[in-house]
Amino acid sequence: MRYSVVSLLAGALTGNRRWTPAWRDAAPKPAYDVIVIGGGGHGLATAYYLARTHGIANVAVLERGWIGGGNVGRNTTIIRSNYLLPGNIPLYELSLKLWEGLEQDINYNAMVSQRGVLNLYHSDAQRDAYARRGNAMRLHGIDAELLDQGAVRRLYPFLDYDNARFPIQGGLLQRRGGTVRHDAVAWGYARAASDRGVDIVQNCAVTGFLREGGRITGVETTRGTIRAAKVAMAVAGSSSQVADMAGFRLPIESHVLQAFVSEGLKPIIPGVITFGAGHFYISQSDKGGLVFGGDIDGYNSYAQRGNLPVVEDVCEGGMALMPAIGRARMLRSWGGVMDMSMDGSPIIDHAPVEGLYLNTGWCYGGFKAIPGSGYAFAHLIARDEPHPAATALRLDRFALGRVIDEKGQGAQPNLH
Amino acid sequence: MRIPCPYCGPRDSSEFAYHGDAAPRRPAVGNAAAMADYVYLRANPAGPMEELWYHAQGCRSWLVVTRDTRDHAISNARLAATRSPA
Repeated sequence: MRYSVVSLLAGALTGNRRWTPAWRDAAPKPAYDVIVIGGGGHGLATAYYLARTHGIANVAVLERGWIGGGNVGRNTTIIRSNYLLPGNIPLYELSLKLWEGLEQDINYNAMVSQRGVLNLYHSDAQRDAYARRGNAMRLHGIDAELLDQGAVRRLYPFLDYDNARFPIQGGLLQRRGGTVRHDAVAWGYARAASDRGVDIVQNCAVTGFLREGGRITGVETTRGTIRAAKVAMAVAGSSSQVADMAGFRLPIESHVLQAFVSEGLKPIIPGVITFGAGHFYISQSDKGGLVFGGDIDGYNSYAQRGNLPVVEDVCEGGMALMPAIGRARMLRSWGGVMDMSMDGSPIIDHAPVEGLYLNTGWCYGGFKAIPGSGYAFAHLIARDEPHPAATALRLDRFALGRVIDEKGQGAQPNLH
Repeated sequence: MRIPCPYCGPRDSSEFAYHGDAAPRRPAVGNAAAMADYVYLRANPAGPMEELWYHAQGCRSWLVVTRDTRDHAISNARLAATRSPA
């Protein structure tokens, strides 16, 4: 069914008791054209664009848990395309453009809200670095504005501008950035893919690969053997585990990233703010909770929960930025497991094993990339050539020395 | 998370700097493929893992800590200096 004003009114008048499930909870068939391992945002978007853009609808999405239970429901919902390096910029801008048309495309209210993302700077050197970043964006046709302190004050009068250690001098603003309701992204893509014939199979963990003559021809799962001409993996957090089943290693470490939400408050923060002197970012959900986060914990982890030193560090960042936050109580915190790559940038490429396709390494920036990643990954799977926006996101860039290192940190995943 | 430093006893993990998987050992100079493996590729296990921690805010020793990446439980910590050379 298509959602419309009429269907919403009819639902309201009947007490909202007549809604049916938004997508089919499918049982696996013996064979497909394409299997996508991982029913997170990236996997669902990949399946959707395979069906919509490339006409490949005989697709299964295999999810170990349930739809919406992984990182697509654990992030801080921010979208933006304010990257510096030419290897990254086209993919993230493709993604932001797809966000802008997403709701009309999938007929689902994902609450895409372009409320602006503001990165604050606190020193002359940081201002210069942000000017450079903004120039790189504008050279790629992306909006960026360098604001001085007065302009930031007009937007956010309540920040601590005269902080003795980290005075706010200004900020780099991307007005087209913002937030999206993350659960609705999972549900919306699942519904749109399912409507086009994609099978979404939950509680279906992949336990091994089928091979014929060195080529991968399907997967063994907890719900039986499933064959496919092509197998694609989009399993952030578990990429190394799935790669291990296929017999290769990745330039990836799994790390835990925590996120936090406060009790519901009246509207105070209209956009997204990031603190430039520490690692802290914050926005306010439409429900009223302040949604914020900071650094990864910094050690390899599959635990989906973090430790207290990072909680303290994040809260200190918040207090340095906007002391008023100290009056709010923290309601919940949780952790998600990230694929931290060796250069801080993602990989969309053929795997070293024939028949297998690789989508990994999104670090803690995967949510904003969902539409672009799915679009480019579907292109790679359908045509066996990289999408023009993802030509630099190759697996062999590490051995060839063509890393895309936004922060210039080197091969130390916990520093990206 | 507390790390049992052989010199200092159990100390908060925030006193330590993390350097990741202890398994990769620097290969001989001249083998580019082996060097790329050493720098970039990791087993990244879900389970017990030997990893390097530096007690920066304590005795400044490098440790090899055996820690389970699924629940952060630490089963062993020894001085990296006691390792056999690569």
